[in-house]
Amino acid sequence: MAKVIVNAVVNGEPVEFFCEPRQSLLEVIRDVLLLTGTKEGCNDGNCGACNVILDGVLVDSCCVLGVEAQGKTVETIEGLAGTDGDLHPLQRTFLDLTGLQCGICTPGFIVSAKALLESNPNPSEHEIRLGLSGNLCRCTGYDKIVLAVQEAGKMLTEAKR
Amino acid sequence: MSTTIERSSQYKVIGKDVLRPDGVDKVTGRAVFADDVHLNGMLHAKVLRSPHAHAKIRSIDVSEALKMPGVRAVVTSEDFPPIPEGIVKEEGAAFFALASDKVLFRGHAVAAVAADSPHVADEALSKIKVEYEVLKAVLDPREAMEPGAPVLHEKLNPMSFGARLEQHSPNALQQITSMGDIEQGFREADVVVEREFTTKTVHQGYIEPQSCVVDTAPDGSVTIWSTCQGPFRHRDNTADLLQLPQNKVKVIPTEIGGGFGGKEVPYLEPMAAILSRKTGRPVKITMSRSDVFEGTGPACASYMRVKFGAKKTGELVAAHLYFCFEAGAFPGAPVGGAVGIGLGRYKIPNQLVEGFDVVVNKPRTQPYRAPGATQIHFATEGVVDELCEKIGMDPIEFRLKNVVQEGDRNVQGVPFLRIGGVEVLEAIKNSDHYKTPLEGPNRGRGVALGFWRNGGGMSSCSISVHPDGTVSIIEGSPDLSGTRTGIGMQAAETLGIPFEDVRITVVDTDSVGYTMGSWGSRTSFATGWAAIEAARDVNLKMVERASSIWSVPPEEVEVSDGTFYHRDDGSKKFTFKQLAARLNATGGPVVGSSVVDPTRGVGPAFAANVVDLEVDPETGKVTILRYTVAQDVGQALHPGMVEGQLEGGTVQGIGWALNEEYFFDNDGQMRNSSFLDYRMPVALDVPMIDTIIIEVPNPGHPYGVRGVGENNIITPPAAIAAAIHNAIGVRMTDLPMSPGYVLQALWQQNGH
Ligand code: FES
Ligand code: FES
Repeated sequence: MAKVIVNAVVNGEPVEFFCEPRQSLLEVIRDVLLLTGTKEGCNDGNCGACNVILDGVLVDSCCVLGVEAQGKTVETIEGLAGTDGDLHPLQRTFLDLTGLQCGICTPGFIVSAKALLESNPNPSEHEIRLGLSGNLCRCTGYDKIVLAVQEAGKMLTEAKR
Repeated sequence: MSTTIERSSQYKVIGKDVLRPDGVDKVTGRAVFADDVHLNGMLHAKVLRSPHAHAKIRSIDVSEALKMPGVRAVVTSEDFPPIPEGIVKEEGAAFFALASDKVLFRGHAVAAVAADSPHVADEALSKIKVEYEVLKAVLDPREAMEPGAPVLHEKLNPMSFGARLEQHSPNALQQITSMGDIEQGFREADVVVEREFTTKTVHQGYIEPQSCVVDTAPDGSVTIWSTCQGPFRHRDNTADLLQLPQNKVKVIPTEIGGGFGGKEVPYLEPMAAILSRKTGRPVKITMSRSDVFEGTGPACASYMRVKFGAKKTGELVAAHLYFCFEAGAFPGAPVGGAVGIGLGRYKIPNQLVEGFDVVVNKPRTQPYRAPGATQIHFATEGVVDELCEKIGMDPIEFRLKNVVQEGDRNVQGVPFLRIGGVEVLEAIKNSDHYKTPLEGPNRGRGVALGFWRNGGGMSSCSISVHPDGTVSIIEGSPDLSGTRTGIGMQAAETLGIPFEDVRITVVDTDSVGYTMGSWGSRTSFATGWAAIEAARDVNLKMVERASSIWSVPPEEVEVSDGTFYHRDDGSKKFTFKQLAARLNATGGPVVGSSVVDPTRGVGPAFAANVVDLEVDPETGKVTILRYTVAQDVGQALHPGMVEGQLEGGTVQGIGWALNEEYFFDNDGQMRNSSFLDYRMPVALDVPMIDTIIIEVPNPGHPYGVRGVGENNIITPPAAIAAAIHNAIGVRMTDLPMSPGYVLQALWQQNGH
């Protein structure tokens, strides 16, 4: 299948890549850009493991075509930590509060939680559960994920003050 | 969420929430799971699956597929050497070599195509022509046991899930155990309750699909990167199926995105190895989610009949448990294990347990977290709840009266060592949750008790001491949930060094001795024990080194807490770091190693639950209001992770109780093979889970460790059923207790 050239900004860097029109953004991120932190759990929009932020909006990258990234910004899990290796507060709290077990869902949850906290910096437990209900985790039972997001929200709010 | 730990810590490292060594990689996306492995020249393969539940394969024509541009090779069963007798057949593993004469379930793998891209491989599947002669299928275990039912196999292998069973009928194996005289027992009973129960097929639901990359070298040796629970079983099964020596197959376990029993067998690796051999290139196969649902092993459905008899004063006197587990297309449902633990938590003098392993034309099932126990507890705890109601006794008091304690004998006649049944029940009884009255219409509270034997088995480990006093540990247990942390902690504790000085890595099958897979709640216990033994070996060798440096006999040198010292001469003393610095110049480095098989020290364990819920009488929907789980973990290695096990297992149990099931149509086709239609709990479906960690140290393990991972899924369906009864007065006897079923039960009760 003939490939198309796509220009996008991925984690702050302008990139140009070839992609088949039928390839999903998830495939492009993983197989073309080799950013394998974004995971595939279902490939049909039901698990959130593939979450990325596309032009500021949280998406399931398995349900977006690679060509749709043309001219847009993409944020993946790899873009969250600072360039000097400083972890994002969400990464910190997931670690410190045991918010992960196997870790396959973790990039999706962290990206999803980042989008949630950007729109609602101080969410209640219910708002977190609602906001993260597009993400499946089979290991944790969600308790510690909810607590980690709550705690990161507090850290981020305090940092802004 | 809120946690109580009842203990005082005597350890320096164990029992602390240390930072897990794989943590940063997992929150930053750096961790490498199987599908993240990219090799140069790598091809992508897809698997063609049977559209019929039971059919003869007349012919397979792959010529059109091979003509497609970008298609590099096709594999069918013909490419495999004839399947050897022995372990492969005994484990029902033959079907990893693709269907040959017959397909036995919808989803049975028939062929696979390797191509330049997954899309091309997918397209090529539709070009493979398979001619089938459709046979009558049997989908229900009770029908499969009837005379005249369609027969799946000429012969059933009697080795099922580690136990030897008897042939019952062409599609069924059985195991029967008994104790006392049940006729007499039921005559002595004042109250008898008998009921039938069923549970449906459910999936482990790990978020990461099965995936592997396999590279076959020109000399025929095979290297496998795989998301697997047991790299050595993957190696052995693959070597058997390809008829290679075991040292020509190397399995590199990648990070694993959940397994829960579902990733114990090599669905993809053998066929990928042949595709790689045919093309001379590495081949990746990653399952789609529907492949995972239809082509891997879910947990078995069940039909159970339970009869319990008790005295008015609450003592159980007789029990009869009859159960059929639906094994799927090959035998191997966890019958032996369920027979062993089915009634094991109570002292019942007269008992009969009959278990059946029944093949039907559905996916071959696999273990799922405490295999078989959740089904059995749903039925038997359901009957216990009803007995309590009939006798008019508090359900916790009833269980306290009957629960096994130290010195009581298990079904094999072996007395229990110290065990925490009473402790978990007392913890629930004294919990704030249980003491707080529940009010409001359509609300109910239920309790249940769960018992699990936990596992032991072989593990290996080695530890290298570096000149700066840090150590590297290698072990062979894939880390599904944080086990490498707990294993490293046990080594650090034994060496008397800080956890930060330990680097622990899960390595491939060439680098470490044989280690059984990460299943059966054995990993922290048995591989942890291997780490302790390897650390003791290090200590021993370092004692010898200190003695030779000091020119004293080794008996005069002692070690405690990471300090080596002369028994009488206070001037002769090394810290671990000081001695490590001298090793290379005084005879060379120290490597400690170990192989253990600590089956005898395994500590069985209990969990108890109390749950409050509300039933919506309009829709039948059940909402969990509050949940508390108390579990005896022996010794919590990393309390945060232990809580995580309790919370996660409980939520899986809630999903099993309320939502999850395979919908099969009359042709054996699963109709809900996506995460949209097979609905697992999301964050919004559950409340915080309150955990009470009970530590009744396991006398069989150096640090008192008991298995933790499985016990917590066992009780939720039973506890929830009891709570629904308490809320609306109906006995729920089938899983899942989905809104439709609850509503139907309500209507029946109201005479609709
Ligand atoms: S992989 Fe995209 S939502 Fe599951
Ligand atoms: S940590 Fe395993 S799926 Fe979430």
